[in-house]
Amino acid sequence: MKLNQTIFPLTLALAAMFADTGCYKSHPKVTQLPGSQAQVGDTGAGPTVPPANPFGDQPQTPTFSDKTGQLATSDSWDPANCDQDRAALADQTVHFAFDSAAVLSKEQDKIVIVSEKLKSDPAALLLIEGHCDERGTEEYNRSLGERRALALREALVNAGIDAQRIRTISYGKDKPADPGHDESAWSKNRRGEFVLCHKKAGA
Amino acid sequence: MKNYFPSSTKFLSVIFSLATATLLAQNQQNLHMDETIRVLGTTPPVPVALTGFSGEAEEVLKFDLYVQGYSFVSPDQAQYLINGSDNGSVVGSVTDKFARKVILSRSYNGASLRRQAHAFADDIVQATAQLKAIGGTKIAFKAQGNGGAGEIFVADFDGYNPKQVTSDGAIVARPAWMPQRMALYYTSYARDNPDIYFHNLGTGQRRVVAGYSGLNTGAAVSPDGSRVAMVLSKSGSPNVWVANADGTGLRKLTSGVEDSSPCWSPDGQWICFATKFHERRRLAKIPANGGEVQYLNTSGAGNPTEPDWSPDGKWIAFTRQAGDFDICVMPTDGSNPPVILVAGQNPSWSPNSRTLVFNHGSAGHQTLSVLDVFTKQYKDCHRAPGSDSQPAWAR
Repeated sequence: MKLNQTIFPLTLALAAMFADTGCYKSHPKVTQLPGSQAQVGDTGAGPTVPPANPFGDQPQTPTFSDKTGQLATSDSWDPANCDQDRAALADQTVHFAFDSAAVLSKEQDKIVIVSEKLKSDPAALLLIEGHCDERGTEEYNRSLGERRALALREALVNAGIDAQRIRTISYGKDKPADPGHDESAWSKNRRGEFVLCHKKAGA
Repeated sequence: MKNYFPSSTKFLSVIFSLATATLLAQNQQNLHMDETIRVLGTTPPVPVALTGFSGEAEEVLKFDLYVQGYSFVSPDQAQYLINGSDNGSVVGSVTDKFARKVILSRSYNGASLRRQAHAFADDIVQATAQLKAIGGTKIAFKAQGNGGAGEIFVADFDGYNPKQVTSDGAIVARPAWMPQRMALYYTSYARDNPDIYFHNLGTGQRRVVAGYSGLNTGAAVSPDGSRVAMVLSKSGSPNVWVANADGTGLRKLTSGVEDSSPCWSPDGQWICFATKFHERRRLAKIPANGGEVQYLNTSGAGNPTEPDWSPDGKWIAFTRQAGDFDICVMPTDGSNPPVILVAGQNPSWSPNSRTLVFNHGSAGHQTLSVLDVFTKQYKDCHRAPGSDSQPAWAR
């Protein structure tokens, strides 16, 4: 009968609609998570283990074109291959105004002293450290410290020193000279320090 | 033959009415959810009642739901009733009180009780708000000890199960995930210089991808994983450079005076970064393949830095430095100025584009915390050793 052919599918559709609304008692669906109960309670202690890959596929790493370990990205002399003398120019540490990398005019005498030292010792190299007080974010301060070191390098170049002899390194706010939390400490931390370097024998 | 059924037309019309009524009821429920306009910082949380759980399972459910915009109330005040048990494994159901129906009913086996509770929280969120799951996601961060040295860690997004990635005893900074991969970029002074490393977490192998003289930091990977943006000072000032993911093909992108902290738009077309323009700190964006810099409207949030672009493309979160630090969020179309949300720094978006991780606390004693930007609800992560900061959410 034609009516049966119409009613039966409609009844099925209706039943299916109500099936979604939970108007019946059913067993809960089951989610099976990967990994055994034996991995419970992993507190992270013990040897370093790479974390399980939550993405489930093979990690594709960039293809590196040069040999592992080769310092292909190095483009200057390496302070690690040098004897470093922090005391020689400790008195010439330059201080900066808040949030600024401008070399203050009152610091110019120190620039002259440092440039004279480098001129009198042609084999000497210079590592300039840039530091900040704690009032910026870590990343902002890492950049500000670098700008301070670069500003000092530029001042030395203007005083006649070859730029190739000078490297810069920023420590952001990671190495304060004074651990205090007031302007007295902060003013000591906003600084550039000069580290005199000589290449090690055989380096 | 006796006609047992009413006429076919009448019967069909009855069925049609029932069908329409059911669909209307469902649509009205959907309309109720869509009408909730999500306003930064002032959106009311979705009230739920949680019963039957205790200990670790309850802790996980409460954490996960709280940082995705839910609050916990008594059953008569709740919109959803979450019921279940955790004897040995998690079993749970969710009832929509207004629609008067069970919308979720599941049991969870395998892995650990924590993982099961996270999976149930994901399903609850999926059933009630259709958010992208975050229960099984990871964060990377730096844990710093005294003297500036620290190590990179990876953990569950709530801080549990931390795994140490580096062991150099050197200054580290800015971990960044390769999207969809168990691989990180980070800055490390292991060679006595701030260098950017690529580190394959699966094999444990790593190498320097940028180790030029001066500063190499701020690595951010493009959404398709093919390129990395970095802050390098090799040209004489810190600027944003872009290279292939292995560091080759290096190209200078910006020429500002004080550029830092790049991040990518989710479509890979733009890089947003912090810079200085006309003596004021600004956020800016530039086409990833080069072009004109456009400055973003961050009025009201001075000294913006460390932007992060939400995965759905709609929001940029950043830190404002104004004596102290605040987490701010602004719409990327510039239609409204930033909203200042909570004290803290270094926001990183989760895959759901409403929850983010950041760090806050006192100097040298930072803690990671997870924030929902619409309700402004946040909760501290399980603490790792040291001062924890610069988190990056894997997505």
